[in-house]
Amino acid sequence: MKNHDIVEKNIGLMTVLVIVAISFGGLVEIVPQFFLKETTEPVAGLKPLGPLELEGRDIYIREGCHVCHTQMVRPLRAEVERYGHYSVAGESVYEHPFLWGSKRTGPDLARVGGRYSDDWHKVHLFNPRIVVPESNMPAFPWLYDNTLDGKHTEAKMRGLRKVGVPYTDEDIEGAGDKVKGVTEMDALVAYLQQLGTLLKEKR
Amino acid sequence: MSTFWSLWIIGLTLINLVLVLWVLLANRKVAVRDDETPENRTTGHVYDGIEEYDNPLPRWWFKMFIATFIFAGAYLIIYPGLGAFEGLAGWTQENQLEKQQMKADALYSEQFGKYNAMPIAELARDRDAMKMGLRLFANNCAVCHGADGGGNYGFPNLTDNDWLWGGEPETIKQTLINGRKGIMPPWAAILGEEGIAETTEYVLSLSGREHDSELASAGAEHFQRNCVVCHGADGSGNHALGAPNLTDDIWLYGGQPQDIRQTLRDGRNGVMPAQKELLKESRIHLLAAYVYSLSLPLDEQQ
Repeated sequence: MKNHDIVEKNIGLMTVLVIVAISFGGLVEIVPQFFLKETTEPVAGLKPLGPLELEGRDIYIREGCHVCHTQMVRPLRAEVERYGHYSVAGESVYEHPFLWGSKRTGPDLARVGGRYSDDWHKVHLFNPRIVVPESNMPAFPWLYDNTLDGKHTEAKMRGLRKVGVPYTDEDIEGAGDKVKGVTEMDALVAYLQQLGTLLKEKR
Repeated sequence: MSTFWSLWIIGLTLINLVLVLWVLLANRKVAVRDDETPENRTTGHVYDGIEEYDNPLPRWWFKMFIATFIFAGAYLIIYPGLGAFEGLAGWTQENQLEKQQMKADALYSEQFGKYNAMPIAELARDRDAMKMGLRLFANNCAVCHGADGGGNYGFPNLTDNDWLWGGEPETIKQTLINGRKGIMPPWAAILGEEGIAETTEYVLSLSGREHDSELASAGAEHFQRNCVVCHGADGSGNHALGAPNLTDDIWLYGGQPQDIRQTLRDGRNGVMPAQKELLKESRIHLLAAYVYSLSLPLDEQQ
């Protein structure tokens, strides 16, 4: 090629051209989504998580649940048949960060809310093999022993408000006291039981 | 999608395609043609004495790139990709799903329709229906009630003839549709530790087990005052309230004295989740029949 060496011998120009070349995909596929109604408007009835559910969510992240469980039902018949209505973007607008996950070692949890009783979740988290003998999920017995101190709950909610989660001052006021002393088990179960309950489709 | 973002996507996509095509075509030209100056066929780059030929892309490779352009063009015309343009095929994720679901419905609705019309007691003796019921049970119920329906600590055994809420076919169906909440209130504050120990002995005596009769007679008073409302005067339970029969040897939360004491102390909350929002009516009907069939005599089970 005739003018190859112009680019090859000019590192600044090459950098600029590389950035131009790789930015097309992002500009076309990602940027418009920040402004589309379908991706930025919450689904009907979506509320920011309460303090207990929010702490439960952080335990979900701490224990790495999202490493083995997705929260994303794809619009495929087999998945809708197993888990319920497919996930839509409007359900995740208050999620920072989102927990869609990328690999299923365990089942998807996007619609797990209300599917099992609180007691079942507690037994199952304490030791999954008590209720599902063939399960290879780790046991999380310490969730029963650890209690929340609520020290950072309000700060977390204020932080989330900065990135667009509509918490009101009343929501945040005293949020820490509400969760103080509650076991991590109860917080995590409260989080799980509200997952995906807004959209319903019978399986 | 607004017109602006639609044009944004269309514009950038086409510009990108044009630029890539230009890079590809521009690479076809070499600085010095081999046939004009055979002695000067290199790019002029020398790395430790190794020179680089200035050759165009092999033709087969070039053609493969062209094929990807044809593919991209066809794809963008048939499928949605260019902004708000929906594509000639009218494909969307949703309508693909609906098509798949309609196909499955056509395949299974006849079968489910036939089963739906059959009463549960009859359905429970239909071998093919129960095979489907088994799969539905494995997918939806087995995590709590066990793969064989044998239950677990806190999750009732469905294979015996002892029912918390009643074992009639229609009652089972109601349990599935609306769920159940079996609440045993905590008695620690009312009975105290001594009262709990006494009541436990009385409860043990109800099923004819070894007990301390002195404590039990004191426990009988507690029982008459507090427990008969739900469990009945003779302790045989009440299906309307989901109150267990205490006179048999079937224990949902364990029948050891320490288990009974804990039940009395802290209470119990048994929850059967309602399935009406989760499962289709036809599935619930079949599941009710399957659960009913589990309690049939063995020689009648399919």
